[in-house]
Amino acid sequence: MTPAVSVEAVGITKRFGAFTALSDISLRVRPASVHALLGENGAGKSTLVKCLLGYYRADEGSFLIDGREETIARPADADRLGLGMVYQHFTLVPSMTVAENLVMSRATVPAVIDWRRERAELESFMAQMPFRVPLGADVGGLAAGERQKTEILKQLYLQRRLLVLDEPTSVLTPQEAEEMLTLVRGLAHSGSITVCIITHKLKEVARFADEVTVLRRGRAVGGGAARDLAAPELTAMMIGEPQAPATLERRGGAAKEERLLVRHLRTEGDAGRPGLDIAHLAVHPREIVGVAGVSGNGQKELAEVLGGQRAPAGGEVIVAGESYAATRAQAQARGVRVLPEEPLRNGCVPRMSVTDNLNLRSFDRDDQGRPRAWLDARAMAERARRMIASYGVRAPSREAPIGVLSGGNVQRCVLARELDGEVGLLIVANPCFGLDVKAVAEVRARIMAARNAGTAVLLISEDLDEILELADRIVVMHAGTIVHETPAAGADAQAIGAYMLGSH
Amino acid sequence: MTAIAQLGAAAAASPSAAAADRLYPLRRALETLGAPLAALLLAAAAFAVLLAALGKSPADFCALLWKGAFGTWFSWQNTLQRAAPLLLTALCVAVPAQLGLVIIGGEGALALGGLAATVAALPLVGAWTPFVQITMAIAGFAAGGLWIGITGLLRARRGVNETVASLVLSYIGIALFNHLVEGPLRDPASLNKPSTWGIGDANMIGPVPGTELHPGLAVGVIACVLCWVLIFRTSTGFAARVTGGNLRAAQLQGLPVARLIVLACMLGGGFAGLAGMMEVAAVNGRANASLLAGYGYSGILIAFLARHNPLAIIPMAVLLGGVGAAGGLLQRRMDLPDATVVVLQGFIFIAILASETLYGRFAWFQPRGKA
Repeated sequence: MTPAVSVEAVGITKRFGAFTALSDISLRVRPASVHALLGENGAGKSTLVKCLLGYYRADEGSFLIDGREETIARPADADRLGLGMVYQHFTLVPSMTVAENLVMSRATVPAVIDWRRERAELESFMAQMPFRVPLGADVGGLAAGERQKTEILKQLYLQRRLLVLDEPTSVLTPQEAEEMLTLVRGLAHSGSITVCIITHKLKEVARFADEVTVLRRGRAVGGGAARDLAAPELTAMMIGEPQAPATLERRGGAAKEERLLVRHLRTEGDAGRPGLDIAHLAVHPREIVGVAGVSGNGQKELAEVLGGQRAPAGGEVIVAGESYAATRAQAQARGVRVLPEEPLRNGCVPRMSVTDNLNLRSFDRDDQGRPRAWLDARAMAERARRMIASYGVRAPSREAPIGVLSGGNVQRCVLARELDGEVGLLIVANPCFGLDVKAVAEVRARIMAARNAGTAVLLISEDLDEILELADRIVVMHAGTIVHETPAAGADAQAIGAYMLGSH
Repeated sequence: MTAIAQLGAAAAASPSAAAADRLYPLRRALETLGAPLAALLLAAAAFAVLLAALGKSPADFCALLWKGAFGTWFSWQNTLQRAAPLLLTALCVAVPAQLGLVIIGGEGALALGGLAATVAALPLVGAWTPFVQITMAIAGFAAGGLWIGITGLLRARRGVNETVASLVLSYIGIALFNHLVEGPLRDPASLNKPSTWGIGDANMIGPVPGTELHPGLAVGVIACVLCWVLIFRTSTGFAARVTGGNLRAAQLQGLPVARLIVLACMLGGGFAGLAGMMEVAAVNGRANASLLAGYGYSGILIAFLARHNPLAIIPMAVLLGGVGAAGGLLQRRMDLPDATVVVLQGFIFIAILASETLYGRFAWFQPRGKA
């Protein structure tokens, strides 16, 4: 078995357009150790390892493998250096057997495969492994834990010397996670491989990692030997000091009656993940309720149910006192609007024009709100012109497909459309994802202005700072349920962070 | 208010780029026109190479093609006669395509439409002619609409792949058609070519005076124009285009996605059924295997050539009708096999499909200015 390597990152910086995903990150992973990369969603963990594995190219900085500077321009370079990764989403072919998957993953597969010989080699390879998977089984029939083991076996079969595990336990049951991480740690400590685990789970760091590096907003903010760092310290590094709230004027307090009321809402879970199970959630006019949580804890499902993209399995959603099923007529009558995450993918028709996209809410209504059978091209153009002017959308032409606009301008278009007219209830999901600083400030000001005008706002965000800045009240989601609720004024970011991580 | 006031001021100060590129719509129209034209030229060039390899003169071929398709009043009539049912069967593909569906079962819908129209007319033989003809049209439209509507329902309710479902249902429809025409509905007098009883000469739709053209062409053109209006000028059509462009966005807007899918399929199938009715009422006078002439399949070709724009279907149907009409002449004069025109059709189809990748490739056609 090839010996484990050391990896050192020196001053890695990566930009996407105006957005700096990683800035000047340096860290050292000792050979034959388990190194944890800890951070919230969007902290830059995945971006960093993608640079290391050649999927992205760092704009500045370099990687040292076993002390030698190496250029990793493409995945094949990482392959050659023995760097491998197990992805969150599996990369095995479900309809093929374990043996077929392993042989197929090699860089060079002969044109004619001598299966008897391959089979014998695989058997002897498997015999040396600390854990086994049936070679003849179809991958599709394996449980998630076995599939993950197969992914790891595949990397070992390819004679990797560094193995990166991206959120390895997110799809596993606690027992499977425990078993798998124990095995990986054993492999590392036997000297056969170096392991780097991307995670946001403190428990895993404490139990299995030798060393840890904490990332926040694209910077390495701390780290050291895992046994020297207690959970509160790590949480503080991950969440950071809450930034001074921006000067967003908050006028008036929440009204009494509920604009949105969710009771006993359930959805089917998928792929082993629990579905939603929300006993009670209320949002009042002139109030922003922030839903905090680590990605994948039911926020997406909640937004989809409220937006009509997913059918609930049980419970009720009440808007303005009446049951709400997210039909167009109900949404129009009660002023329910949605700012989805990734607005181009979820809220726009990329190949239709800016004008058309700005009219998605209103094309079938006249000025008095009556249904209309014929499109009114002049009114649509006029409405689009007005929105473009008042939101400062920069588009080459109103007739250009909205897909050619930059992310910030697409978000401005969706904001303009969804905040137009009387808005009773606004559902917002990660509105500032991927936007530059100026656009972020603008989006937040618009949301606050809607609140001040009497809109009830449900703000679902993975950015805790954003929630602390905007929300009047904060609820925390974990594993599909609401585990904590607190007024935003004087909220303790550390405590919220602990609830988010499920360690409270 | 201050923050928003600042934003408003900033928005006003930034050069509102809305009017920065006035010529963009014009260039986009040019791109839409230019790409298929370039593809046609390319297909013609490739076909010319093939002809030259066979030792035939491409120039002669072009001249004969022109003569056979559009050269004389007679060939024009032949071309238009062939184009008439294609206009309607192409709509069977183009209308559901607005919702992102690929429906290829027009042949079965056409056959069943023709059969239903015939069956509806049989008990009415001798009644007031316009009444019989309108009843036939309704029956044909309903049968075709029902058949493709089933596909839409399967798609909307159960997520069944609409392409496969429509094809398989088309086979079933054709089998049903053959069974009824050769069995229970067969006129015992039709010996060599099993047919149903006739609808009666009085109920046939006659040619337009002074020509051999039947009014099916006018029906097809009107249907294309109506579909264009429906798709691009009504709220329902807008909702359909949104759904076809991005299903998730349509759901977020609360659009009735399932209903739109079923509606579009029924409408498209109805047009294919109407094509069958026109063939019976204006050409055959009865339902028999002449209905299964491949109009449904050629309609797929035309809809794709027209990029599912109902107005573009009209010239494309005439073009392919012309290629078909010239087939006989080419066969006789140039001693080419009769499959030659099918090869040419194939060249055109591949070239136009490949030209889809040209859109957005040339910066000159794209919107200009900072985005």
